[in-house]
Amino acid sequence: MIQKVGGAAFKTKNIHEIKNAQKLIIPGVGSFDEGMKNLSQLGMIDLLKEMIEKKESPVLGICLGMQLLCHTSEEGTGCGLGLVPANVKKLKNELEGTFKVPHMGWNTIEVIRKNRLFDSDLSEKRFYFVHSYYVEPESDDICSAKAYHGLDFCAAFEHKNIYGVQFHPEKSHRFGMSLIRNFVDLK
Amino acid sequence: MLKHRVIPTLLIKEGGLVKTKQFKNPRYIGDPVNAIRIFNEKEVDELVVLDIYASKRGFSPDFELVSEFASECFMPITYGGGIKNLDDATRLFEIGIEKICLQTMCFENLNLVKDMVQKFGSQSIVASVDARKTILGEYRLFKSSKMTVVENLSIEKHLENLLAAEVGEIIFNCVHKDGTLSGPDLNILNKISDKVTIPLVAIGGVSSLKDIKDTIDAGADAVAAGAFFVYHGKRNAVLITYPEYKELEDLFST
Repeated sequence: MIQKVGGAAFKTKNIHEIKNAQKLIIPGVGSFDEGMKNLSQLGMIDLLKEMIEKKESPVLGICLGMQLLCHTSEEGTGCGLGLVPANVKKLKNELEGTFKVPHMGWNTIEVIRKNRLFDSDLSEKRFYFVHSYYVEPESDDICSAKAYHGLDFCAAFEHKNIYGVQFHPEKSHRFGMSLIRNFVDLK
Repeated sequence: MLKHRVIPTLLIKEGGLVKTKQFKNPRYIGDPVNAIRIFNEKEVDELVVLDIYASKRGFSPDFELVSEFASECFMPITYGGGIKNLDDATRLFEIGIEKICLQTMCFENLNLVKDMVQKFGSQSIVASVDARKTILGEYRLFKSSKMTVVENLSIEKHLENLLAAEVGEIIFNCVHKDGTLSGPDLNILNKISDKVTIPLVAIGGVSSLKDIKDTIDAGADAVAAGAFFVYHGKRNAVLITYPEYKELEDLFST
């Protein structure tokens, strides 16, 4: 998808390659502790912190990748990268109405703040979600878009050079493609 | 608001796209990569791809082919067929598959299913449950890798086990409806849907938009179909179709 919008991307576990990247995408399928364990085993935690905090490389966390940027998660006992003032909570089964967990499928989002990832037109934007946990920012002003699944939750955040989306832009047709394009085009 | 997903389901046999009738007589209908490309252009909600031969023959997934699928898709894919261990699953996720679909393992090694959930998260693990209506009108579990009815386990108990294993989704298929284009079996859906507290995808028999709506009204969260999206007309000519987004939106708002 990144190639399609004119960027160049590679997938890597290699520390030296990551050092040379201009931007980072942290994808994510899996569970919170497992994700942090993998990052730690690959020796990436300090590197990511340095790249993101000191060098201020733009980073986009997707799904679990978004959650790993936060402090803690109800899914696990360990700590996240702690780069964004937010924590991860479980979508409870006792949501209002008949909402099921995992939240799985296409949902519309509401962009609540001017930001750099979403096009500013007012057309309906739908994205593909698959998750059982959601990010709860410590303050409202980093949340850039909300979605509703039995409760309003933060579907996207923007905090300095750090971006996170709970849905999967890479699996959301042209809606996701425009978001990836906006990220690739960030200066 | 979360939309109800409408999901084309593609069957693979030895690298070709096939369609079955009541799980039998796979008919070759074309090149799967081409079909996936068309579905991608039509902006379908999601795809399910099942290799119906891998588990029967004890093969592993055809990783090369699956990776071609994944690179064509800007929508989620669930893959099933021949997944035997954590390594197979890891490879599929690395390739870019969102969800893996397990059936044989759900009967034979529920602990491994639990390990999968632990390692990859509930949202990545889908259990496939096939049911067949007997001549006496009873519903029995069906094990498609062996093509046999399961005698000593009820559908309800099996679903309970799967929920306890914390899989993230159930794909519920009615064998007697497969490929028949004769309408879904709403009876069994009505019976089980209350018990399934996770997303339930129903498949089997869909032949119209009305069938899709009826399936949702019977308690499914999403509807999958094979023949409806690949066949056209009385003679089942091969034609890949998918409703317009607006059509589905109107359908679900009535």
